[in-house]
Amino acid sequence: MSNENPNDLKYTKTHEWVRDNGDGTVTVGITDHAQELLGDVVYVELPEVESELNAEENCGVIESVKAASDMYAPLEGEVTEVNEELDSEPELINSAAFGEGWIFSMKLKSMDDLNELMDADAYESFCQE
Amino acid sequence: MSQQPQRTPLYEKHLEAGGKMVDFAGWEMPINYGSQVKEHKQVREDAGMFDVSHMVVLDFKGSEVKVFLQKLLANDVARLKDTGKALYSGMLNEQGGVIDDLIVYYLADDFYRVVVNAATRENDLKWINAQMASYDLTLTERDDLSMIAVQGPTARDKVLSILSEDDAKTASGLKIFFGTQLGDLFVARTGYTGEDGFEIILPNDQAADFWSQLIDAGVKPIGLGARDTLRLEAGMNLYGTDMDESISPLQAGMGWTIAWEPAERDFNGRTALEKEKAEGSESKLVGLVLEDKGVLRGHQKIITSHGEGEITSGSFSPTLGKSIALARIPFATQDNCFVEIRRNQLAVKIVKPPFVRNGKVLI
Repeated sequence: MSNENPNDLKYTKTHEWVRDNGDGTVTVGITDHAQELLGDVVYVELPEVESELNAEENCGVIESVKAASDMYAPLEGEVTEVNEELDSEPELINSAAFGEGWIFSMKLKSMDDLNELMDADAYESFCQE
Repeated sequence: MSQQPQRTPLYEKHLEAGGKMVDFAGWEMPINYGSQVKEHKQVREDAGMFDVSHMVVLDFKGSEVKVFLQKLLANDVARLKDTGKALYSGMLNEQGGVIDDLIVYYLADDFYRVVVNAATRENDLKWINAQMASYDLTLTERDDLSMIAVQGPTARDKVLSILSEDDAKTASGLKIFFGTQLGDLFVARTGYTGEDGFEIILPNDQAADFWSQLIDAGVKPIGLGARDTLRLEAGMNLYGTDMDESISPLQAGMGWTIAWEPAERDFNGRTALEKEKAEGSESKLVGLVLEDKGVLRGHQKIITSHGEGEITSGSFSPTLGKSIALARIPFATQDNCFVEIRRNQLAVKIVKPPFVRNGKVLI
């Protein structure tokens, strides 16, 4: 597998990516590796805006033709925005996992928590284990 | 099942086409070649092909073949009057449970060809061998043959384009649910997608070359994933999920495959089925449509005013753009019901399958 995971993102063991927006919020999606395992995404159950999430808390579901897969909050915080485009175009997760296929944004309780997540190289090794 | 998975003669072709290989009933088969939804649409709108060489071709020959199959199968091979005509049937146990579903072709008075599922192979053969002991016939397992299903609105034309002129003429004249031997190829106008097309049974050593010719003719390879969503839209049962040995054809939407007449034909399971028919079945297999967002999946609970049921097969339907399912629910249920998905109850509409036929939405 080629190293296609952007270097400016952080990664979780449950295959979410996290982008630091520089304003106390982060944007979250699932990695290209995850979307490839899932296959064609047909429905996304998004978290609710303003919901408070704990790290690793189940916060939504991604349904592909093949299977339903739980989605987890990468870190503790409050959901500030969800990608409503996914309601009509869930396939954005397949076509642009790191871009237009973003899933939600959250305000982290502590931005320092980001250090607990993997960087691109560590995630790459994790996927190959 | 701890043995090495088996490979069909088309294994290398799947790898060449980027097939994602998975274990299916002990066979290494392509689940998709990229996008299952694209492959699904390819079959609905144009032409796709499936390697179904793992399916089991059984040739029955001998003077008592017909009477044997009349005992073995719930449908009646006596209905097959024209050479090449095919019949869909359940093979039942004495309790009326479905051991397998299959297609039988009438090729001559002393020659019938039966195609059964790969996953049930050992069990089927054990049952058949025990049943045939007292009949004058021979059974040949045709492991020397491969099988390619070419399906879709343009599938027949594309197959005809690679046949010799004479063979193409014969094959183009095949009526629905008929098969014929053309040299080394057995070509049948059957399938498992709800689209027109051919299923072609051919010698193993010719399969890869034939596959390549079909690719050149514009037929795209399709994986088992799309095969499942296509058959579900077509309202066709999948053995092992929609029915099994504990389910009678009456509770599996297969009532139409039971030939009750003539009354004196004593097929396996008849007594049990007659009792069930007289007393009334407890459950029935229906189609479901979810208008809400979400995906129906096998084993989800169905809640009705007459009790609970269960989804047997469910998926997202690429043609309808919403989720559909087959479900076994209490027989008396008439109205709509609810499905339980992750603690939420969502309304589902009961419909009569098929959902899609020949590219058209029927519900």
